[in-house]
Amino acid sequence: MITIENLHAQVEGKKILNGIDLDVKSGEVHAIMGPNGSGKSTLSSVIAGHHDYEVTEGTMLLEGEDLSEMSAEERAHKGIFLSFQYPVEIPGVSVTNFIKTAINANRKAHGLENMPANEMLKKIREKSALLEIDSRFLSRSLNEGFSGGEKKRNEIFQMAMLEPKLSILDETDSGLDIDALKIVANGVNKLRSKDNAIIVITHYQRLLEYIVPDFVHVLFDGKIVKSGTKDLALELEAKGYDWIKELV
Amino acid sequence: MAYTEEELKKELETKEYEYGFYTDIDSETFPIGLSEEIVERISAKKNEPEWMTQWRLEAFRAWKKMDEPDWANVHYKKPDFQAISYYSAPLKKDKYESIDEVDPELLATFEKLGISLDEQKKLAGVAVDIVVDSVSVATTFKKTLGEKGIIFCSISEAIQDHPELVKKYIGSVVPVKDNFYAALNSAVFSDGSFCYIPKGVRCPMELSTYFRINQAGTGQFERTLVIADESSYVSYLEGCTAPSRDENQLHAAVVELVALDHSEIKYSTVQNWYPGGKDGVGGVYNFVTKRGICHTHSKISWTQVETGSAVTWKYPSCILKGDYSIGEFYSIALTNNYQQADTGTKMVHLGKNTKSTIISKGISAGKSQNSYRGLVQVHPRATNARNFSQCDSLLMGNDCGAHTFPYIEVRNNSAQIEHEATTSKIGEDQVFYCNQRGIDPEKAIALIVNGFSKEVLNKLPMEFAVEAQKLLEISLEGSVG
Repeated sequence: MITIENLHAQVEGKKILNGIDLDVKSGEVHAIMGPNGSGKSTLSSVIAGHHDYEVTEGTMLLEGEDLSEMSAEERAHKGIFLSFQYPVEIPGVSVTNFIKTAINANRKAHGLENMPANEMLKKIREKSALLEIDSRFLSRSLNEGFSGGEKKRNEIFQMAMLEPKLSILDETDSGLDIDALKIVANGVNKLRSKDNAIIVITHYQRLLEYIVPDFVHVLFDGKIVKSGTKDLALELEAKGYDWIKELV
Repeated sequence: MAYTEEELKKELETKEYEYGFYTDIDSETFPIGLSEEIVERISAKKNEPEWMTQWRLEAFRAWKKMDEPDWANVHYKKPDFQAISYYSAPLKKDKYESIDEVDPELLATFEKLGISLDEQKKLAGVAVDIVVDSVSVATTFKKTLGEKGIIFCSISEAIQDHPELVKKYIGSVVPVKDNFYAALNSAVFSDGSFCYIPKGVRCPMELSTYFRINQAGTGQFERTLVIADESSYVSYLEGCTAPSRDENQLHAAVVELVALDHSEIKYSTVQNWYPGGKDGVGGVYNFVTKRGICHTHSKISWTQVETGSAVTWKYPSCILKGDYSIGEFYSIALTNNYQQADTGTKMVHLGKNTKSTIISKGISAGKSQNSYRGLVQVHPRATNARNFSQCDSLLMGNDCGAHTFPYIEVRNNSAQIEHEATTSKIGEDQVFYCNQRGIDPEKAIALIVNGFSKEVLNKLPMEFAVEAQKLLEISLEGSVG
C-alpha cells in the first residue's frame, strides 16, 4: 500500500525525521509507538502532505505512485486519510455538511457527479450507527464544543464515510475514556479489510488491546529503531521507553 | 505540493470582478456639475409636479450648506461633486410594456448579470424592477401584483400616478436634511423603486430591484420607498453591480421603509458594486442612507450581504416608534484588497416593549479595512426595551483590519441590552484539515466563510442565499492567512 524509504523531513529548519523505512501492505495494521518528541505526529503530517514540513530526502510511494509532488487534497483523493490528534473546529459548518462536501470533492476528483442525496443519507445513517453516533450530533457544528471522545468518534465517522485506502490514526486514544475507546476501536475494526491498511500512532499500548496490529514499530529520534509483532508493544509497556533509549 | 500563503495571495490578486463589462447603450447624459438649474432640469425631465421640484430645491439648498461627513473609519479622496453628471438614462425612454420591447443590448446585459427576465424567473415568483444608471427600465409582474392592489413601479411613475402616497411618505423617514448624502440624493435622485402593499395583503412574491451603473462619469442616486400598510407583509430584494472603471463612481441612495401597524417588511440587499482593482484603483463609493420606521406591533428586518464597492458607508436603521415593534439587522460585510467598509445599524427604541436584534459578520481579507458601527438608543419612554447585538469578525492574512464601534445610549432603567463580539482568523490548520479530507483550499475557505456567515445567510430568501454564497466564494477565492 505505502512504501516509505529513507524519509528525512524537517520543520522550520529543524530535522525531525532521520531516515524512516516503512512498508505497509494491504490488509495490514501497523502500530507506531515512541516517546514524546520522537517524530510520530510529524510522520503522519508528512504522509498527509502538510506544507509546514519539508521532505529533504527519501521517497513515499502510495501503490507505486510518488506522493512528493502531490498536494494534501490530491493525496486525500488517492485514498490517504488522517485521523487528527487535535481535530479543528469549523463553526457554522455541520458534521453532515462537512462530510458531504468532502465526499463530493473526492468524487469530483475522480470525475464523478455529486452523490445523490438519498444515497448520501443512507450512507450517513449506516456509518453513524456503526459508531453509535446520535443523529442530533450530525447537525452540530464540526468539532465545536465537542468532548474529546466526540471529536475522535467524528474522525472515525469521517474515515468510515470516505472509505480510504490508507488510514493514519494519530493518537486516536488520547482524550478517550474506556467506553469511548471501545466504541472507536470497534468502529475501526469493522472498517478493516484486505483492501485497506491502517497505521496506528500511539504513545500507549492500551489502544492496541482493541485494535490489534500485525506489526509494531518503535520510533525514536526520527528513526524506526525496533520492529516486531504485537508482543513488542507489551514489552514496551513493561520496560518503558528508557529501555529503547538504551538500545540505541 | 500544498498551497503556500504566498501562492494563495497571488491567486487572490488575479481574481477579477465578474461584472466589469460595459454595455454600449445609447444614453442621454446631462453635462457635469450641480446647480439649482440642473435640479430643475432633472425635475422637468421627469415631468414632476411643482411640489416635487420645490422639495428637491429645498434639499439642494440644504446640501449646499452641509459638509461631507468624515467621522467614518474610511479614507478616500473626496469626490468632486461638480465633476459628476447627475442624470444619465438609456435613450429609449418609454417604459416597456413587455420584455420583447427592451433593447437587446440591455437584455444581454441582464443575462451577463445572471438576471433572467424570462419564464424561469416568473416561475420562481420574483417580480423585478431594473434600474440602469438612473432610470428604471423594466418592471415585471405588474399586472399580477395589481390584482391584489399592490403597487410596484419606479418612483418616477409613482410620482405621476400616486402622488398622494409619495407626497405623504417621501422624506418622512429620511428627512431631506438628514445628512450630506441623503440631501444630495433628495435633490438629484432620478429614479428608484416604489412599493405599496395595501391593508391586510400579504405580497405573494418577492419584489426585487436590480441596480446597475453603466455610464462613465455619472453618479447613481436612486430612491426607494416601501410602504407596508396595516397588517401587510412584503419581502423586498435589491442587487447591485457596475462596470469596472479606473475612476471612482458615486452611488448615494436613499431607502425609506414605512411599516404601519402590525405589518412586516423584510428588506434584503446583495451589494456587489465594482470594488476597485487589486491595487485599489477605481471602484464605487457607496454612501447609502437606509432607514425604516416601525409603527405598533410592526417589524422591519434588514439583511445585507455587502461584498462590493471601494468605500461603503451604510447603516440600515430602524426607528422603533410603535409599542411592541421589532427591528432586526443581519449583515455580512466582506472586504478584500483595498476595500473599506464602515457599516452597521442604528436601533432607536422609542416605543414600549420594543425589541431589536443585530447580527453582524465582518470578513476582511487582503489590505482591506472593515468596521462595524452600531448605535442602540433607548429613549426615556421606551420601557422594557430589549436589544441583542452580536458582532463577529473574521480576518484573513496579516494586512487587513477589523474594527467594532458599538455605541449604546440607554435612558430607561428597564432596558435589557446585550452585546457580544468575537474576532477570529481563518487558520491554516482549518484549511489543512479540509485539504486532508480532499477539499481544495478555495472550497475550504468558502466552506469556512459560509459557516461563519450562516446565521445571516439563513435570513435571506432562498434564491438570494444561493447567490450570496456564490458571491462570498468569488470575492474571496484563494485568500488564506
